[in-house]
Formats: sequence, C-alpha cells, structure tokens
Amino acid sequence: MSEDLAARRRWMGVLARAGAGEIAERLRYAPALPRHTRLRGPEIGLAMVRGRQGGDGAPFNLGEMTVTRCAVGVGGAVVGHAFVAGRDVEKAELAAVLDAALQDSALRPALMDAVVEPLAAAQAERAARVARKAAATRVDFSTLAVMR
Amino acid sequence: MKGTALLPGFADPVTDAQGCFRALLDAMSRPGLVRRVPVRLRPPAPLAPASAAVLLALADAATPVWTDAGPDAAGWLAFHAGCPLADSPGDAAFVLACGAPPALAALDRGTDEEPHRGATLVVQVAALEEGRGWRLNGPGIEAEHRLRVSGLPNGFVAQWTANRALFPRGVDLVLCAGRDLAALPRATAVAEEG
Repeated sequence: MSEDLAARRRWMGVLARAGAGEIAERLRYAPALPRHTRLRGPEIGLAMVRGRQGGDGAPFNLGEMTVTRCAVGVGGAVVGHAFVAGRDVEKAELAAVLDAALQDSALRPALMDAVVEPLAAAQAERAARVARKAAATRVDFSTLAVMR
Repeated sequence: MKGTALLPGFADPVTDAQGCFRALLDAMSRPGLVRRVPVRLRPPAPLAPASAAVLLALADAATPVWTDAGPDAAGWLAFHAGCPLADSPGDAAFVLACGAPPALAALDRGTDEEPHRGATLVVQVAALEEGRGWRLNGPGIEAEHRLRVSGLPNGFVAQWTANRALFPRGVDLVLCAGRDLAALPRATAVAEEG
C-alpha cells in the first residue's frame, strides 16, 4: 500500500509541475482516457504558504498562493484528485482524470510510459540545467581567504 | 475513497448554495412556511435533496456535523462541505437525522453568554403539509400558522416545549421532506392539533 502511495504521490507531483499544453501533447501518444464525471470543481482558491526561518525557527505565514483543485470520478468507484498551483482549470481537470486513470492497474503502464515518465524526464532535465547555471556562478569563500 | 462511488455535490456551488440559503432564510423567518430548495442535487442514500442541500449550504470547516446516515453519506458531506464529523450529537453544530432524531436535550443548546452556539437539528421527515396539523405561534407568525409533519416520533412536541422554555438557549429545527423544507427557530411555540 505504501509503495502505491509513493508511486501516486510521484505522478501527482509530476502532473502538478507540468503545463496543460505539455500534458495534452503527451496524451496524443497515450491510450484514450476513460470518461469521467466532475465531483468537485475545477475551482480556484487560495492556500496559505507557511515558512520557517532555519531548521528551528517558528513557523510564520509567508503569503497566499492561488491553487486550483479538482476531483473527478471514473467508473463509479475511483476518484482522481488534483491540486495544482495557479489558476489553470483545464490542467487541474486533466491531472485529476490522469490520477484516476493511473490508479487503474490495466491503464497504468501505458500512461506512465507515454505521459508521466517523459514529463518527469523533462522536469529533471530542466532542474539540472538550472543547477548547472547556478553552479557556474558559485563563489568559493575559502579561496578568497587564501588569496589575501 | 475507494470502493464506494462518490457522487457530485452542487452543480454550481456559489449559485446553488445562495439559493438554498435564501430558501432557508425565508423558512426560518416565517416558521412553518414550506419552501422548495431551488437545486438539482442527487445525494447518496439515505439523504434527501433538501437536507443534503441545507448541510452543503451551511456546514464548513468550523462546524462539526453528526449524522446517523451511515459512512457513505457522512463521507459525502465531509468531502463536499469540508466539515469535520462529530463523534456524538452533543458535540455537533449541525445534527442530521435520517431516522429517529436524538433527544433535543442531548444536543448542544448553547450557553446564556453564547446562545448562538446552540446546534441546528435537521430532520428528514416523511411529509410536510401546510394548513393543518400543529398550531405554530411566535416571532415571524402574525396570527397562527399550521403545519402537519408526518414521521416525527411521539412526544416530540413535549420535547420542543421544553426546548423553547430554555430561550435564549436552545436548538433550532429544520424539517426536510424530499426537496421541501420548513424551519422552526427555537422561539416558535408548537401546540398539537386539537
């Protein structure tokens, strides 16, 4: 069960970070999604983001961000959820339908291969590029100390 | 959430909740008046559309709800209204009874300092009919209003009289039958037919 939970957490995260256009683009190579009914939303609201200074600071309210959430039902018994940052209702609904479809073990392998894994690879590549860019401007303070 | 089908809530949450609130406001300000909730809602059994709509319009994260309607219906309410579920009727701000309602004395009736904390009891009854039955009197009623309620246990009027004697503390009552609802605020006096 916890393995399932970890897998679901991963694909929900990947879908939440992807754009609606990216997901739709990948869906062209995937099997057709099941029919769904909207249970709640997609609706736009606010979530309070809390911060903490250092590891032992007291939590404080950093500010609010817009969040779009959606819940859909597929086939009567499966519910797909999506909570995504921003106000893109189409993306939230698409992510919720995909979450429901990915819970179906018959559909999961094809959808993981066609949608989730390529999106995850693209996101990892993007993160690595940013990290490389940041690494190029790194200042080594101990080097400065030696120069003096 | 797996295993049982979760049904949709309000089709248009803002408009539908406002429409239900208006119907309830009319019903509360004219005790005994039967109003129809202006929404199409298919709640899970055994919830009736009117009682489900009242809870969706009123309950939220700050109002614990207790219901005897079973886990499916309780889960549906918790999901769509975002309300916590109370363990016992005495801890709840809204009590929804599909079967025999709990004793009024067992519910939260507020305190003299904070009488508005009294619970609201929503009861599903078999039928509501104006023009005969109970004789209602009190604020919001000019002379007398008559309401026939089918499906409440015997002795309910005696409980209600005791509830009214506590004013300003007490429990408010919403009666629901199908898509119809009528309300009895705690200030309304009820006399049996006769």
